[in-house]
This record gives sequence, C-alpha cells and structure tokens, in this order.
Amino acid sequence: MTLLRHLAAAVVLGVVLVLLTIGLNPFRDYQIAEIACYVIAVAGLTALVGLSGQISLGHGAFMAIGAYSAALLLLHLRWPLAAVLVASTVITAASGAVVGVAAARLRGPYLAGATLLLAVALPSLALSDNNLFGGDQGLSVVAATPGFLGPSFPLTRWQAWLACLCALIILVLLANLARSRVGRSWRAAGDNEVAAALAGLNVARLRVLAFVVSAACAGLAGTLLALTTSIVSPGAYSLTLSVALLTGAVLGGLGSLAGAVWGSLVLVLVPTYVQDVATSHGLSSSAGGNIPVAAYGVVLVVVMLLFPEGIQGGLVRLYRPLARLVRPLAARVPRPRWRGAARPPAGPLSPAPQPHASASEHQEEGSI
Amino acid sequence: MNRSHRVGLPAVAAAAAVTLVLSACGSSGGSSSGGSSAALTASAPGITATTITIGSHQPLTGVAAPGYDEIAPASNAYFDYVNAHGGVDGRKIVYKYLNDQYNPTDTVSVVKQLVLQDNVYAIFDGLGTPTHLAVAPFLNSEKVPDVFVASGCECWDAPSTLPETFGWQLDYVREGKILGTYIKQHFAGQKVGYFYQDDEFGKDGVKGLDMEIPKADVVSRQSYDPTNINVGPQVAALKASGAKVVVSFTVPAFTALLKLNSLKLAFNPTYVVSDVGADPITLAGLLEAYAKQGGAKVSGNALTQGIITDGYLPTLGEAGNSWITLFKKIHDKYIPKLPFDGNVLFGEAVAYTFVQAMLKAGRNPTREDLVKAIEGGLPQGPAVAPYAYSATGHSGMTGAYIGVIKNGVIVQQGPVLTTTTSPTSPVASYTGSAPAAPASGMP
Repeated sequence: MTLLRHLAAAVVLGVVLVLLTIGLNPFRDYQIAEIACYVIAVAGLTALVGLSGQISLGHGAFMAIGAYSAALLLLHLRWPLAAVLVASTVITAASGAVVGVAAARLRGPYLAGATLLLAVALPSLALSDNNLFGGDQGLSVVAATPGFLGPSFPLTRWQAWLACLCALIILVLLANLARSRVGRSWRAAGDNEVAAALAGLNVARLRVLAFVVSAACAGLAGTLLALTTSIVSPGAYSLTLSVALLTGAVLGGLGSLAGAVWGSLVLVLVPTYVQDVATSHGLSSSAGGNIPVAAYGVVLVVVMLLFPEGIQGGLVRLYRPLARLVRPLAARVPRPRWRGAARPPAGPLSPAPQPHASASEHQEEGSI
Repeated sequence: MNRSHRVGLPAVAAAAAVTLVLSACGSSGGSSSGGSSAALTASAPGITATTITIGSHQPLTGVAAPGYDEIAPASNAYFDYVNAHGGVDGRKIVYKYLNDQYNPTDTVSVVKQLVLQDNVYAIFDGLGTPTHLAVAPFLNSEKVPDVFVASGCECWDAPSTLPETFGWQLDYVREGKILGTYIKQHFAGQKVGYFYQDDEFGKDGVKGLDMEIPKADVVSRQSYDPTNINVGPQVAALKASGAKVVVSFTVPAFTALLKLNSLKLAFNPTYVVSDVGADPITLAGLLEAYAKQGGAKVSGNALTQGIITDGYLPTLGEAGNSWITLFKKIHDKYIPKLPFDGNVLFGEAVAYTFVQAMLKAGRNPTREDLVKAIEGGLPQGPAVAPYAYSATGHSGMTGAYIGVIKNGVIVQQGPVLTTTTSPTSPVASYTGSAPAAPASGMP
C-alpha cells in the first residue's frame, strides 16, 4: 500500500516536472536539474543524519567520487550513460562502506571531524595526478541528448528529465526504506543505541548500512551534477559543498524527504535570486558577490528561529490547525455502518480511531 | 467549425502579410547597417533599440578575488563613461557580470544563466583559464561571441574549434619568449630557475621561455599548485640549484610567497615575473599582509624593488601618457574608491577594445557581425603593440616592453618587443608608434 502511494505521488510529481521543464526557459531547466541533483544528495544525507543519527561533513567528497568515476568511465571506457550512472553509484557506495566502517566506531564530534577530513582531503587528491584528473581544470563530461528525442531536443531539458527521474526513483526508494524494518531499526539505533542493542539490533551494521545508502545517493547526485554542468573539477566539491548539503538537510527538516526538497530549492534558488536582485539594484561588485552568502545565512537563522524542525516541520505545524478546522466538515460524510456495535472491530490496545488517524498523518508529513 | 475557418483565413493571411512586410523592413534595415541614419533595431539577442546587454564571469569572492575583483567594475566604469557620452551608436551598454568564485562549476552555472536566461549578446572578458575553458565549448556551440577572455592562454587562439572565442591580453607563450629573450641577452650564461603555476598559465609561459633560454642554463624547474600555499620546498630547491635568475609565472599571491620564502632562506636572486603576477600595488599589499600574518613588518615597495617584468599596456607611472590620463580621469569619476592599479587599467582598456569592436560591427549588428569585425582586425588602442586578430588567428596583443619595478611603479626599459607564438620567429623591436588616446575618450 505504502509503495503504491509513494509511486503514485512520484508519478504525479514526475508529470508536473515534465510540464514545468517544457514550459520554462532552458536556464530554468538547468536549475531544475541542479535542484534534482541536490535533492538526491540531501535526501541521502537526511536519512543518515535524521534517521540513523550519524553526522557527515564529508558528503561533498562522496559526490566528487561519483562525479570523477563517471567522468573517467565516460572519457576512457566510453560506457553507455545508464551503465555509468549505476557504476559510479556502486563505486561511491563501496567507498561509503569503507568510511562507514570507520564511522561506526566514532560518535558525535569525532565522527564530524573524521568526515570533515574526507571533505578537505579528497578534492586535493584530484590535484595529485594532473594527467588522470586534469588538475584544477578538471575533466569535461560530455553527454549528448539521446537520439530518440530528436536532434533539436534541448540539452538542458534532457538533463532536467534525467536528474528528476533519478531523484524521484531515489525518493521512492528512500521513502520505502525508511518505513521498512531497516528504517525502523535506524531510528531505534539513532534514538538510543543501548536500547536498540538490547532489543537485538546489530547497531554497528546498521550504521555502516546507513553510510552506504547515503554515500550511494551522494555518488549518484555527483554523477548527475557532473553531467549537468558538463565538467568535474575539484573546486566544485570543496568543504563548502559538504556544509551546504548539511545546511540543506537541516533547513528542510532533518529526517524528512520533503524537507530535502525544500532544502535543495533554497540551496539553488536563493543565491541566484539574491544575486539578481543585488545586480539589478546596482550594488558594488564586492557587496554583490558577498550578498548571496549573507542571504543564505539570514535564511538559515530565520528558519531555525521560526521553525526549529526545518521548513517541512514548520509547514506541518501550520497545516495541523488548518486540518483541525477542516476535519469537522469531512466528518459529515456518511461512513459505512458496522453491524451490531457501531464501531469497527478493535482490540483493547488500539487507540481511538480519530486521534490515531491524525497522529499517523502527522508522521507521514513530518518524517519520511 | 467551418465558419470559423472561413472567418479565420483572411485574418491569418493578413497577419502573414504584415509579418512579411515587417521582416522585409527589418532586413532592409540590416543591409544598410553601415549607414548612420538607419533605425536602431533589435538585431540580435541582447541588442535592443536602446541597449546592448553583455555578460561576464568574474571572481568577485574567493581566492582569486583580491585584485581581480576590480577588473569588472573598471570595465563597467568605462562603459558608464561611454553611455554618458552617447553610447555605442546610441545604445547603452548594460554589463552584467556574475561571481563564479574562480570555480569552473560555478562558471558553468553563471554563464548558462547569462546566455540562456538573460540572453546576453556576448560574453565579454570572462576571467581565468580553468574557469573559461569550462564554458568556451558551450559558448561556441550556442554561437555566442566570446570576446577578449581575461587570460593569456594560447588556447583561445583556435579559430577552427572555437570560432567565437578571442583572446585579448598578450598570451603567455609570447610573454615567455619576450622575457626569455631579455634573460638570454642580459644574463647570458647565468643559472636560471623556473617557478611556475602547474596549469596552462604556467606551462604556456615555460613553453615560451624554453624557446629562447638555452636548455643548459636552466638548472631548476619548480611548479606549484595554486591551492597549496606551502612553497617552501620549491624555493629551497631553487636555492640549492644555485640559480642566479628566477623566472616566475605566478599569480600575485604566489609571487609574494616566492619572495617571502626566499627572504627566509637568505636566497637573493634576480626576479623576472610575468605581468600577471607583478602589479606593484597588488604585490606590495600582499607582501605586507602576509608578513603581518607571520608576525613581521616589511615594506612592500622595498621588497618589489628591482623585479623585472613586462607590460602590454602603458605603465601607470608614465604621467604624460594620454591613455593613463584618460583612464585615470574615468577612474576618479566613476570608481574613486578602488585603487588606480594595473587591474583597473586592464579593465578599462579591455572595455575600450570592446567598444571599438562594437562600433566596427555596424549599426545593427548580429552576433556574427561582431566576430567578423574582430577577425577583420582592430585598431591598436591602448595596447603598446598591435593586435594579431585575423580570420585565422584569434590571439590579441603581439608584444610588450620590459619593465623594472622602482619605488612601486613599473619603469619601461627599452623598446616594445613583438613576436609570434611560433618557436622559429624572432623577438623584434616594434618600430611603429603607439596611437594617442582620442580627446573625447571614445574610440
């Protein structure tokens, strides 16, 4: 049932996105592709941080691993696109497993420190072999539109479609994973490790698995971002990116997939919008250049002050009173009558239907 | 259904006829674009009857920003001056430059925004080799003129693969040859060490140096990676090699680091520094700032004293030069808060060249007209040597003079030298005379 509901939501969202990409200009399509890439990475990160309770400041590095793998596979082996997407995701997942094994032994600030190291060190590695990785300049990633779309099909629209398709698939998979046994175990281990271990869960394995899943998402996101921007260079995967991803997850609402979407929208759109406003008001260049960064900070502070649970948490909080207003109206709709007792058969432990419904609704909106 | 068709047809026919007439008018306007009386039309993306919108990517924040963030505001100041004096054939130039933080991925984003959303007529003075290499193929596939890239990479001179792209400043190969010739003549037989940035910038420079300096004289070749500021080992290696002359193809920050690390090791060679990393004002500021971070106090001007470099624009210290007078006047009026240094001069001069090219492209130019106009050659303007623009060559300036930094200003030594990028062509004195700046300040 859940799977069906998630699939249906994905299909609806997919149709809306296709219509959007056709209606908007090529640059907006490019931005949609960029947003979709961020959604994938932030969704993976939010699952790691929000569910399994591990922090990572190194997800930018995982994106770099995916991006460079894809670039090298495309350049040297000329693999087909689908194979490259799968391969670079698998390679990044494997590197996530390695990091995850180390991470499973570390907690809190120590884990943050270790992953920070990854974010700082890995991009420099790309400068170690200029012939292989292309140094500062990086590698160009060429992916033309596939032939079946016709020769005049805009490249940015194809990129947006590809990125959105992958993002929707990842969102559906993650949403189901979060509601599965694994997701529940992650939450249990994240909430209280000792209790989870006493309940028979293998906490270490769960933590590594969370890292693998999260790294795989980052790898796919990195690959798609490289395809969209048609370049992979060390400058793009700096510590700033890793921090931005975490910011996106927190802004949107930790542990919430919908929140990952909000967070990504903020990450991509706010800087562009603010810079546009700044330049159109004729601000001096140094101010204009720094204002997007400042705006970003202001958004973060405001969201955290108003909605400590992130944008999605805030939306849910706004939605609840509304739902309470609407419910009495909905209640007038005639319900099927049960024979005998005018109530569905319920065990002594099951809560009253009304509050239960609203609680689970909140759960669905607020978390994955 | 039928009736509405019958009613609709004449309307469609009329509309078609009107469109035909309009487009005929448009094309007749276009064909007489040379005439000064033709009406101004929206002849290309980014060109309206009243404006020309161009775009650029610039490092306004980040590692490359110090110094380089003055270039675009300086260009804009010159455009403001032109706009205040009638514009280009009556059109005002709107210059939209976006921050790419010197990060190629950001460059892709901002250039896509400029081209796909803002519909700029051309990309002008995009700054940086790694950054601009990331967008040059895209600009060429979209047929957007990509003029006067702010980088001396030889790679912009590729009319067959990058027909829309044009260099402007003296390319690093020519610059290497000119510096190499000077070293060959003035430091004959002395041990020479190289210190260069490990990318196209440094490698092109070394390529030019190697065409002139005898192989046997070069005792050490050290490169650095611009993201790693620890250049101690390279400087130690240069000292150990016994080099008496150190040639450096470095950005200003690394020229300063080279100098400070040498001081620490009591290594005191003659420095020959590429124009890119030798602006005395930027350099002095960096030297003082870095020394302060290290807890020492130095005089920037004392440390830059005697550095040999080259220049392809008039020197800032040459007070009587008409170009310096013009650009100083515009600087003082529009951007008085910025220092009047080499970066500002660069920005104003390249903007001047763009206005020259636009005027040559015609009254109602298409994008192709601009490319054709530049390929037809441009008048010298503020450069000290002529441009090399032709249908088969897209590199810009062809020569420079040798200069020595004295008391914080570059002092020209000897004549302007010109050459080509070919290994066999000699470096020769330029015999032509540089034109003076027009009194109006407009090309």
